Amino acid sequence: MIDYFLCIVLFCVGLYAILIKRNLIKIIIGLTIMEYAVNLFLVLIGYKYNATFPIFSRQNVATQQPLNMVDPLPQAMVLTAIIIGLAVTVILVGIAIRLYEKYKTFDIAEIRKLKG
Amino acid sequence: MLILKILIIFMIISSIAAIEMKDLLSAVISIGATGLGLSVCFLLLKAPDLAIVQLVVEILVLIILIRGTVDRDGVHYERREVLPYIVVSIFIIVFLICAYYLVNELPRIGYPIMKISKLYLSESFQKIGAPNVVVSILLNYRVYDTLAAATIFFTSVIGVLTIMRKVGKKK
Repeated sequence: MIDYFLCIVLFCVGLYAILIKRNLIKIIIGLTIMEYAVNLFLVLIGYKYNATFPIFSRQNVATQQPLNMVDPLPQAMVLTAIIIGLAVTVILVGIAIRLYEKYKTFDIAEIRKLKG
Repeated sequence: MLILKILIIFMIISSIAAIEMKDLLSAVISIGATGLGLSVCFLLLKAPDLAIVQLVVEILVLIILIRGTVDRDGVHYERREVLPYIVVSIFIIVFLICAYYLVNELPRIGYPIMKISKLYLSESFQKIGAPNVVVSILLNYRVYDTLAAATIFFTSVIGVLTIMRKVGKKK
């Protein structure tokens, strides 16, 4: 159970960055950390002790036990989630660069004034 | 799985370093260390496809974040008042206490339920013939998910092109 709890601690580190930091880049980093923690948690749920990779080899199909493999379903879902996380990070960094060009700062308290 | 715990603690330490560091470029490099630790974690948890994808995506994120941060530093940020720190720490402590009790309700680590996955594991090799079960789930059973992911990725690329363009913009 301690592994699950460490994942949640990692999630909270990212949450702290989003709630406290004033720098836009630090907020993006916090979002990335939260995404990592959730992905690790999902893969950890599908883990099975003394199991093999979910890959069959053609030489010894007959001797392989399909039920002695780790859960492949969370892995397939997390593969999709990683790609979507990349897309989110890309668009956030794009918006941050534009905001820096307009306001000359990453400080969200300065940007909030919406002058100009 | 002691090494897994050590790796997660390493990830926590490097992400705290990434958050608290003053220099933005050093912070971005620290988040790279976190992502590469996650890639090794996936390899230990018997997910080789995820390890490869995480490695590639991590390098891409690192390059994009460096492009966003380089030469855009040196602004001094004044600290917030005390009240937000107190509120956020109380919230996180309550969250962690609730999470501790909820985690104990989950199935024990290393013994998953696998109701749906049993079907996939026993049938996919005979029906589809792909040796890698993860790929056969992605490209046969749940191909619409993959299609939607590709659509989202292209949409975000179009969004970045729209945000970052310089020509054709009228005041």
